[in-house]
Amino acid sequence: MGSVGAKDIPVLLTPEGLRIDGRRLDELRPLRIQAGPLHQADGSAFVEWGANKVMAAVYGPREVHPRHLQQNHKAVIQCKYNMAAFSVDERKRPGLDRRSQEISKVIAEAFESVVFAEEFPRTSIDVYIEVLQANAGTRCAGLVAASVALADAGIPMVDLVPAVAVGKISGQIALDLKKEEDNFGEADLPMALVPQSGRLVLLQMEGHMTPDELSRALDLGVVGCKAIYEKMKQALRDRYSVDPIAAGAA
Amino acid sequence: MTPEVTAEIRTSHILDLAGEGKRLDGRGPDEYRHVEVVPGFVTTADGSALVRIGDTAVLAGVKLEPGKPFPDTPNAGVLTTNAELIPLSSPVFEPGPPQPGAIEVSRVVDRAIRAAEAIDLTRLCVTPGEKTWVCYVDLHVLDHSGNLIDAAMLAGVSALAHATVPAKRFGIAESDYPLDLQHVPVECTFVRLGDTLVIDPTFDEELAAQGRLTIATDETGRVVAMQKGLVGAFSPDDVREVVRRALVHGDRLRIAARGGKT
Repeated sequence: MGSVGAKDIPVLLTPEGLRIDGRRLDELRPLRIQAGPLHQADGSAFVEWGANKVMAAVYGPREVHPRHLQQNHKAVIQCKYNMAAFSVDERKRPGLDRRSQEISKVIAEAFESVVFAEEFPRTSIDVYIEVLQANAGTRCAGLVAASVALADAGIPMVDLVPAVAVGKISGQIALDLKKEEDNFGEADLPMALVPQSGRLVLLQMEGHMTPDELSRALDLGVVGCKAIYEKMKQALRDRYSVDPIAAGAA
Repeated sequence: MTPEVTAEIRTSHILDLAGEGKRLDGRGPDEYRHVEVVPGFVTTADGSALVRIGDTAVLAGVKLEPGKPFPDTPNAGVLTTNAELIPLSSPVFEPGPPQPGAIEVSRVVDRAIRAAEAIDLTRLCVTPGEKTWVCYVDLHVLDHSGNLIDAAMLAGVSALAHATVPAKRFGIAESDYPLDLQHVPVECTFVRLGDTLVIDPTFDEELAAQGRLTIATDETGRVVAMQKGLVGAFSPDDVREVVRRALVHGDRLRIAARGGKT
């Protein structure tokens, strides 16, 4: 993942406990969520999270393509996570690679756990995630965007699904890693939470953590997810709430 | 009602309106939609621009990498244009290998950039016959509400206009330098609706169209490329008319390409 100019390992944590962008260990990067920016999709969302820019669109429930994936008792949820060629330092060759396919699969499975798919038999709910600018944590940013897009599309769900990556840098558990922390840190643990049930519907991990560190990482991730959850709900409120004074005048 | 049926009803309505010189969205036949260009939208790219034409949105990203020149042009850089009509942008696009529509968009844009000599490719040569810059223009359609060619072209040329050659990052020169455009080509697309030639078609107008004609012009008033598409025909006088109109609108689009609003 190292860029062309990558040099020595940067100092990820100062003695004062500050990270390279000045955040504390339990602090999220700035997060902005916009619900419904696209016109053709049934639901959409744009997420700017730190230096990540991710667009998500939802189509459906609609006919299933390819046909043989159709299920008689419920909707299938198909997810395509894709990175734009220019979204990373070294140009990524366009098209599906193994990483994108795996991420698409785990995100689709996360949503299958919350969507009331049995309400739409023989249909497909298609979730498209486009990473336009990447800076670590794109699967979580994509999941947050797609979750808001599903709500924007009016798909019935148990709950929204906030997601965040927790990691380990300089031996410390840290919330929401940015690129340098992801490249040079010791562990990365993306997770997605269903706040209503307190259960995780996406959980991956790479690196090394002790059981104690892992336990603390999970706790920190849940706290982070709950903060993100509030922003997701606010994005939907911003799109759908009606100003009573303006509405009265219209 | 299926989408096909509603589309057919809409098509006949669009054609009826066009007969009176009107359009579904209230525009006149020669009225372009609101155009907005956001340069530098993606900081991981060496140059980028988000273009909105009405509800249509296209994001272009430029990446430069060292590579090998083609054997027949040892002193010139390499330019590659690629368009992705991703299924995020429209219910009509499906995942998979590039469809003919995507290939047409990328080739029409590529042709205009080359024909206008927008970039001096010889300036991208590092060592003749051995090393040159390869310039990738990736066009990402985000919201397909018609007239993708004009939007993709504007995004591409705007991304190039704001692009930096990452010479320092690749250890080729002491510092990065701007790519610089010699010329600024833009495309102007028209469709025939009955006897009316309307500019900047929406998605529904493209479905109703009896022929599409795209004219690429540069700032010197030259026509640098043309493309006729869809089923339909144009008379020589039709072509002369749209070239005249394309030059007028082209100048406005060129201002937008530099990052202004029109």
